[in-house]
Amino acid sequence: MLIIKDLKASIEGKEILKGINLTVKPGEIHAIMGPNGSGKSTLASVLAGREEYEITSGSVEYLGNDLLALSPEDRAREGIFLAFQYPVEIPGVSTTNFLKTAINEIRKHKGQDALDAVSFLSLMKEKMKLVEIDQSLMSRSLNENFSGGEKKRNEIFQMAMLEPKLSILDETDSGLDIDALKVVSNGVNKLKTKENATIVVTHYQRLLNYIVPDFVHVLYNGKIVKSGTKELALELEEKGYDWIKAA
Amino acid sequence: MGSITDLLHKKYLIPMKQVIDKPSRKKPAEKLKEALISNFDQSQQAQGNLLTVKQNALKQFELLGFPSLKNEEYKYTPIARALEKSFTEEEILTSNTTPITLTAAQLKDILPQKIEANVLVFVNGRYTESLSKLISPKEEIVIEEFSKACETHAPLFEKHFAQYASIETDGFTAMNTAFAQQGVFIHVPKGKAVEKPVMLYFISDTTHGKTFTNLRNLFVIGENSQVKISESFYTFGKEISYTNAVTEIMADQQAIFSYYKIESESDLALHTGTTQIYQKRNSISNCTTVTLSGDIIRNNLNISLDDEYCEANMFGLSLLEGNHHVDNHTIADHRKPRSLSNELYKNVLDGSSKGVFNGKIYVRPDAQKTNAFQSNMNILLTDEASIKTKPQLEIWADDVKCSHGATTGQIDNEQLFYLRTRGLSEEDARALLLYAFALEVLENIKIKELREQLDKIVAARLHKNFE
Repeated sequence: MLIIKDLKASIEGKEILKGINLTVKPGEIHAIMGPNGSGKSTLASVLAGREEYEITSGSVEYLGNDLLALSPEDRAREGIFLAFQYPVEIPGVSTTNFLKTAINEIRKHKGQDALDAVSFLSLMKEKMKLVEIDQSLMSRSLNENFSGGEKKRNEIFQMAMLEPKLSILDETDSGLDIDALKVVSNGVNKLKTKENATIVVTHYQRLLNYIVPDFVHVLYNGKIVKSGTKELALELEEKGYDWIKAA
Repeated sequence: MGSITDLLHKKYLIPMKQVIDKPSRKKPAEKLKEALISNFDQSQQAQGNLLTVKQNALKQFELLGFPSLKNEEYKYTPIARALEKSFTEEEILTSNTTPITLTAAQLKDILPQKIEANVLVFVNGRYTESLSKLISPKEEIVIEEFSKACETHAPLFEKHFAQYASIETDGFTAMNTAFAQQGVFIHVPKGKAVEKPVMLYFISDTTHGKTFTNLRNLFVIGENSQVKISESFYTFGKEISYTNAVTEIMADQQAIFSYYKIESESDLALHTGTTQIYQKRNSISNCTTVTLSGDIIRNNLNISLDDEYCEANMFGLSLLEGNHHVDNHTIADHRKPRSLSNELYKNVLDGSSKGVFNGKIYVRPDAQKTNAFQSNMNILLTDEASIKTKPQLEIWADDVKCSHGATTGQIDNEQLFYLRTRGLSEEDARALLLYAFALEVLENIKIKELREQLDKIVAARLHKNFE
């Protein structure tokens, strides 16, 4: 599904990703862990198409196509979803309000008819249950005065609505208490199928108790320095990242 | 300049700083002024007290003339120079004598079609009955042509006319008071909540040549009564139009009113306008000014809160492109304790358009416990667009809550990126963000069809359809 080869990216002349190699297949969950500043969020951003980053070398193949050639919106329409670490506040734009446009853009891209208001609302209701999100949040300005937990739930709710093939969760656990973490993880797990894949970016291991990864990669200084299975995450939790840095 | 105590005895509002041009200075458009003044006697229908008021205004106009850029209040807005360049003396005096040829069919997209409202259409300042309709019962609301009301409702008219809009500092208001013959007089008697809105359409039809129009409105809103009134300005034809509109609104105790001013004139339109509001105890005013186009537009919205527990809400949106120049000056004058003013003005500036915002808040010595809030937010879409913004708070009381803020920026790239990662095209995301920005002002317009009409125009401007 996703093949990243020797990916290097920099921002304002500073190289952040220094040669990433990663292959993700349908049905897999990959966790990317690493200390602050290792390039985790940059990788997530580059995959979603953030234009501030300059790709200096390497390639990203997604479903057989060159992902890096696509605009952020075309990536979304092709099934890539980024759950933001810090979802932006957009005054005056409600979730309901932009999601309808978003869904119909994606449907149009797939050659499907637009959803009418009734089907859209019933779809919303169904997906809202999944992340136990309150109806009132839907009509409020996006993320404005939302709590940390509400913001993250809203991200996963959008993921549920858009049904992506490849989801990238960027530090979805940050700012979540354990109860909210369970709800969010439960939502992600329910959305899991054999066809879609998930990349979970996190600093801490706790999230991986609930979203159990098939593979764990350790990102340090712009490179994946170690890969393994979920046991690697536990080892990291126990020993800290200094152990990796020293290696 | 007199002391503050002197000022308090005057009913109308006088800026704290006298800002009139010095008489010795050469002012723009002097010839136009002279031509108008020499034509005064010929143009008058007024008699008695009204004539005296107008003669006084004439003298004041002669003194003040049109404001130059040296005048602090007009330093960014070269409207007088534009008038000088655009009109000859001849054109001013013969303007608006051509027949009215606009038809209902031509106005189809402008006039409300479905709504139950009192609709009054003025073409080049002249009331056009064939395009208008009045549906509210007479005992609920009096709606009368300005030129007739000074006779049919003489006592009330004279009690309020020219009592609020000051001729002392603003040459345009002085000119208007002296020369305006046309407009609307509205009186809502005590205790009436007028169900159907009053929608006024002022159309400059330049098909037969340039137009130069003074319009005057007077709304007297009685104790404990309620009404919604809109003024919309449009242009037809491809010549220059100039409109100088003054509206005085007196809101008696406990009155609640909404006032909407919509400007959607041509790219050649020149406009100066003053809306002067005088509020009594417990009254509430809700004003929204929306400007969508025009060559040079200057709006003054002055609200005098002259009693306790008044509330004034002032919203503004300018959505500009090309060479549009729009200047909004507002005053919230807190004269008595315990009143509230709340203001939000927004500008979206594209092309080489220019915006000016000046928001004054006066809190007089008596006006303890005043709450006054002001915010001005601007989005510049190009490097060529510009905004001059100036909050001006003058506070003489010590137990007040006042705040002001101004922001100017571009479309937020983070917001744009976020929406694009959800599948929205860049263009759609941009339009959605701008629409959301505008919405905070537009949603204050509570005449449904007017709101829908504006949505349509805004949508067309942003190349996007908003359901």
